[in-house]
Amino acid sequence: MPLDPAFIGRTYPAVEVYEVGREKIREFADAIGDPNPVYRDRGTARAAGHQDVIAPPTFPIVITARIGEQVIFDPELGLDYTKVVHGQQRFVVTRPVRAGDRLIGVLTVDNIQAAAGNDLISTRVDVSTEDGEPVVTAYSMLVARGTSGVATSDPSKA
Amino acid sequence: MVSALPTTALAYDSVAEGTELPEIQTRVRRADLVRYSGASGDFNVIHWNERAARAAGLPDVIAHGMLTMAIAARIVTDWVRNPGAMVEYAVRFSRPVIVPDDEDGAELVVSARVAKKLPDHRVRVDIIVRCGADKVLSMARAVVVLP
Repeated sequence: MPLDPAFIGRTYPAVEVYEVGREKIREFADAIGDPNPVYRDRGTARAAGHQDVIAPPTFPIVITARIGEQVIFDPELGLDYTKVVHGQQRFVVTRPVRAGDRLIGVLTVDNIQAAAGNDLISTRVDVSTEDGEPVVTAYSMLVARGTSGVATSDPSKA
Repeated sequence: MVSALPTTALAYDSVAEGTELPEIQTRVRRADLVRYSGASGDFNVIHWNERAARAAGLPDVIAHGMLTMAIAARIVTDWVRNPGAMVEYAVRFSRPVIVPDDEDGAELVVSARVAKKLPDHRVRVDIIVRCGADKVLSMARAVVVLP
């Protein structure tokens, strides 16, 4: 079933603050196999011009994916999450996320479309500090494979 | 407000278009997927349960696209020696990384080249990630700002 296009343009205000912990950054850096000390050692981070240890470039997904669930798991959208794979991801960074940040994210549905029998949903999360300083914007495109029920190549199966 | 430019030995003026960055080869095993699930909070069953992966039409458990994206970022952040220099990073997940339940897992080979020197001390790097014969990321691009 195609997704409801009425969701395009919908915005979800920030619901809670995410406080970035030093040990969470270390845990994430360990999980991606990146030994860079700027993710672990405050002195190294300061020498590189940061106030505290910074997070790896893809760390914001920890915050933004959870915020995105507000629409992804909305039953009225009609997305079959068991068929979902990640199609595209993009980060546009104002400054790196760092330990001690208290971050909020505003979610927007940028687009919904059906292509080749798949449902595609594009979302954006604008992440800032709770005081309003912009930090990073995460653009995600998710694909629900074979769920749109349109555009089969064989018309007899349409 | 943008924080101060990173102090790094890599300067904009020393960078040449077409330069190949040092390749990264790494292996992703099932344990790495479990670890990444825990660290990221992405517990989608297709990343750790074969039964669920097959029910979703996949040949086997697949790696998180975001894990592949994170591994690929390191070719750029190691090169510039300051991850804070990365101001834009985008990928398309073109093929899944299939991770068999064995000692070898999946091997990822990350290569990259300096695609273009942009205004304002920015440099665009194009990244390629291969798993066997498959190009698993496409249109993978990072922009760094250098002193």
